Amino acid sequence: MTRIELTVNGEKRSDDVEPRLLLVHYLREVLGLRAANVGCDTTSCGACTVLLDGESVKSCTVLAVQASAHEVVTAEGLSTGGQLHPVQAAFRQQHGLQCGFCTPGMVMAAVGLLSENPHPTEEQVRSGLEGNLCRCTGYHNIVRAVLAAADAQASGNDGSGEQPHRDQASAEVTA
Amino acid sequence: MSILGTRVLRTEDPKFLTTGGVYTEDVVDERLEGAYHVFFVRSPVAHARITSVDVSAALEAPGVVAVITGADLADLPAIPPTAAGLINTAMEQRLLATDKVRYVGEAVAAVVTENPYQGEDALELVSVEYDPLPAVLGFDPDDSSLLFEAAGTNVGGYWGDPSALKPDLFDGCEVVVSQTIVNQRVAPAPMETRAAAAVWGEDGRLTAWIPNQGAQGTKADMAKLLEVEASQIRIITPDVGGAFGAKFGADPEHAVVAWIARHLGRPARWTETRYENLIAMTHGRAQQHTVTIGGSRDGNVQAYRLEIVQDAGAYPRIGAVLPMLTILMTSGPYDIPKAEAIAKVVVTSTTPIGAYRGAGRPEATAAIERAIDLFATEIGLDPAEVRRKNLLAPFTEPHRTAFGALYDTGDYVAALDKALVAADYAALRREQAKRRASGSVSQLGIGVASYVEITGMGDGEGTPPQENATVEVHPDGTATILTGTSPHGQGHATAWAMLASDQLGIPVEKITLKWGDTDLIPEGGGTGGSRSLQQGGAAVQQAAQELIELARERAAAELEASAADLVFDKSRSAFNVAGDPEATVPLTQLAEKERLLIRTVFSQPGATFPFGTHVAVTEVDTETGKVTLKRVITVDDAGVVLNPLLAEGQRHGGIGQGAAQAFLEEVVYDDDGNPLTASFADYPIVSATEVPSFELADMATPTSYNPLGAKGIGEAGSIGSTPAVQNAVVDAVAHLGVRHIDMPVSSRRVWEAIRAAQEERGPRAGSEHS
Repeated sequence: MTRIELTVNGEKRSDDVEPRLLLVHYLREVLGLRAANVGCDTTSCGACTVLLDGESVKSCTVLAVQASAHEVVTAEGLSTGGQLHPVQAAFRQQHGLQCGFCTPGMVMAAVGLLSENPHPTEEQVRSGLEGNLCRCTGYHNIVRAVLAAADAQASGNDGSGEQPHRDQASAEVTA
Repeated sequence: MSILGTRVLRTEDPKFLTTGGVYTEDVVDERLEGAYHVFFVRSPVAHARITSVDVSAALEAPGVVAVITGADLADLPAIPPTAAGLINTAMEQRLLATDKVRYVGEAVAAVVTENPYQGEDALELVSVEYDPLPAVLGFDPDDSSLLFEAAGTNVGGYWGDPSALKPDLFDGCEVVVSQTIVNQRVAPAPMETRAAAAVWGEDGRLTAWIPNQGAQGTKADMAKLLEVEASQIRIITPDVGGAFGAKFGADPEHAVVAWIARHLGRPARWTETRYENLIAMTHGRAQQHTVTIGGSRDGNVQAYRLEIVQDAGAYPRIGAVLPMLTILMTSGPYDIPKAEAIAKVVVTSTTPIGAYRGAGRPEATAAIERAIDLFATEIGLDPAEVRRKNLLAPFTEPHRTAFGALYDTGDYVAALDKALVAADYAALRREQAKRRASGSVSQLGIGVASYVEITGMGDGEGTPPQENATVEVHPDGTATILTGTSPHGQGHATAWAMLASDQLGIPVEKITLKWGDTDLIPEGGGTGGSRSLQQGGAAVQQAAQELIELARERAAAELEASAADLVFDKSRSAFNVAGDPEATVPLTQLAEKERLLIRTVFSQPGATFPFGTHVAVTEVDTETGKVTLKRVITVDDAGVVLNPLLAEGQRHGGIGQGAAQAFLEEVVYDDDGNPLTASFADYPIVSATEVPSFELADMATPTSYNPLGAKGIGEAGSIGSTPAVQNAVVDAVAHLGVRHIDMPVSSRRVWEAIRAAQEERGPRAGSEHS
């Protein structure tokens, strides 16, 4: 067992984990944060995407011990005070989700994408989300949702610039 | 204004967006505390005799509680083939393979451990010895290697009588074109893989959480697989992460997990890996078509024949029945004087075939839409024009086809014209001509596909399609709906609430939908075959209307007035005496006195037939064969739309999957029957970069079969888009002499087709170097 200390959704955590425990399993099984899902074995589907120091990562390919001393944000930690994050709100508004399985990962990937590129073109959204698979939507409304969220952020609907992920957009992932 | 027909946002979304759905693997329930974890040992060979299974090393591994083999389940009945009788009854399956394995991925044993990582470790320690047999592959397997010795053949059976095909069918046709086409095997690949959690209570009853498309059907299957009375089983459907036809009923693995829970006296759970999902969940399609089409040089189609071979995979499951639907829809939206179809079902040493979005109907559309294009090319007419010439004239009285389908309503020419206008077809053809004339490397292809499909089928002759619903209004002003449908992304919680709200005046947010618990809702047909709104939704509306009538009687007693004098005021969810607004009683007050609840069953006279036209635009690089899907324009007429947001979402998803079949996705096996597409790194599942945004045009021709006027929309997208995209790719290189390219029309296949056409035309027709 190895001791890890990290911040998850703003809360300090300290746990003893097996060195081989994946971050996604740590989040799901140890912390009970089950929004991130496991959809494949090959880091292909992105259903497990979370933010690590503000950058989107696939938590099935990060060991829990690698996240030690870092900051993790999951879909559960994205909304504040019962208000949906602008990206979450845009997904609802544009019907960017159906079965919901890819959704938490897709939303986190979109948040990561917009923090790197706040004004993406449709093509940039599509290429930015290439590593996140969705079988329900044909991607049409997901792309619209991300573009709508970018517009909303640009017009200041979200108190833009104050999102934690934005502050850490440039932080290096040392995992 | 009625809420019906408006873009109501989904009430389900906030949960999915924040804490996430509660899928089977996410279920936390005290009954499942201490659950064992089940892992399946799967065959690494396509076809072999099992000579020994040694579990001793695995039993020594940390955390291993038990290893179950086929021998342990010998008392359970074999699973007969679907459509037994028509399909050779010797083609049976065991829950776990015993004497033979018949495809890579077939479950041979199950390892049970305390925690999941231990199970993954212990799997490799189960030693199974195989004596390999030749793989049985393709659409024409001979009988030199038999999958089922007792059957004596690898042919499962026939739909229709092969000797009844008319030799003179094409007599009198000026032009006859024939082509053999492969409608390739694809993986449904829902984002949530299969799973189960099972526990037996002290009362001897099984409670099982299983991702499925209809808990009631899953319960019936489980009862058969476990030889247990159905009353002893409770199926609970958690959130389901996509299904696409492949989560109907129960699979052998679900039954094994339940069996283990009973055998060991502890709850047990299982979640398959993606690798397992891609080799052991049923696949879809896998048909070969030989189409023959004949007609006049001026474009009238006079005769059409469709000869189908269905690869059912190793065990004839739903795949064995798909050809029935394909045959039913053979002639599609066309008025063809003479048409016939037949199907042969074969078994191969591959993953069994099941339903996949459209299930048999996309195959029929793909076949005839390629045939129409081949015919148009042969006579040198525009493919859209040939379609217009041959589409059935608009009808409002049901039209019976030669294959027995009863089309309810349709205006196919209008759908075609609407799609052509939306695409600006003439401008596209001009642009294509320009590029062809310039010899551009980037050639434009335009593909058209018209379709009609069948939705909301019943269980067969004499059983009308039907669904039940229960609506209850509570004293606190909320309402609950119980439905026999089973949403897994379609948005029923919102849509059914809209239907009830429209009748009861209760806001959508105050209406809760429940489904998928067989103790709560013992009957139901689930969600599939695009049946839910037209039957399940109609049942909700009917229940809400009946509830108002029940409440009216009670309100009359309450107000000491005649029921006929009462007016229901939706804005207040209350009755009042006409002309006396003071004399009023709200539904909540009635519900306080006595439960205000109605259960009803809605029956539909028959299936409905949505239709439409898809236009696809592709760019093909003639030097590399690279295909880029530029545009997809669709008209999908599914009658009256309840919630355009949801209907469009269904269309988008279907278009994405259908287009993916056309140019990307295929399950591939090598010559020994080894799957080569067993991960998302290898199976080219469509991503956001490979499809464009879709252009939807609206058209709504109501059906009279239900009061909503609605037909099904769940599968339309995947029915029209596949041949439209395939036709568009072939069209892009048709001027180079290419006549047909099988799906997926990948870069390699396009490049090879161009090369082959060049060689056929001779060296002067094009450059020979590569």
